[in-house]
Amino acid sequence: MIITNTETVPGKRLVEHYGLVQGSTIRAKNIGRDFMAGMKNLVGGELKGYTELLQESRDEALSRMVQQAQELGANAVVNVRFSTSSVAAGAAEILCYGTAVCLEEDGSESNTPPPIPEEY
Amino acid sequence: MLQIYLGLALLALGLIVGTLLERRHYRSIRKREHAFVTLPTTSLKLAPDAEHVVRAELAFGSVVISVDYYKRFAASLKKLFGGEIHSYSSLLDRARRESMLRMKENCADCDMLMNLRVETSTISNGGNSRIGSVEVLTYATALWYSNHSQYGRPVDLER
Repeated sequence: MIITNTETVPGKRLVEHYGLVQGSTIRAKNIGRDFMAGMKNLVGGELKGYTELLQESRDEALSRMVQQAQELGANAVVNVRFSTSSVAAGAAEILCYGTAVCLEEDGSESNTPPPIPEEY
Repeated sequence: MLQIYLGLALLALGLIVGTLLERRHYRSIRKREHAFVTLPTTSLKLAPDAEHVVRAELAFGSVVISVDYYKRFAASLKKLFGGEIHSYSSLLDRARRESMLRMKENCADCDMLMNLRVETSTISNGGNSRIGSVEVLTYATALWYSNHSQYGRPVDLER
């Protein structure tokens, strides 16, 4: 499965289009993580627990999207976009969406123009 | 009275430890950015020399960074007068550069990154937790070129 955020995949030809696929997940942090983040908030710096949490939920959203694409029989998802929003305090929604397509290897014969017929 | 002392202590803690942490972070960012100066990174949609691309993959990196107590205080003061809040812009600058670096580290052997997108969002906004933090996600398409292309890497030069 090829996943890109461009409209086409370089070197591949788009032969079929299956429509929009998406995956989303809403995750909450636990109290322990929230407490540590609150302490860290005094001195600033990276909140590793939150980074991990968002990374995990992004992987989850991405795998749900890929699963949907596989069910449609696609071999690639192009034009993938991510969006994050906080639905409630302490919970974040991760959405990722893209277009499921079928790609084919771009043969070298399609790159060269067709031969000119004799009579012209 | 005790509350004033506590507030001042927190301010001093935020100022001293926060500044130290920020300096250390900037040092590490500059050092790691040096390793990727030769990697072409663009926000273009079309790849140059597309027929020699052998592999294309999504690459992403993200980071959550929180603001310190002193910066929040400084920003609330600045909000009275308006103008640019420098303490917050350095925070976002760090977050962007860090997430960009993580993305590049995730696909360190690629030849080019194209269609780069950066997304910023605040998590745990509002509510009673009041943890001021910002999340930055950077994603792009990583490309690998074959040896016939000028963008491709000669085999086994560095590896």
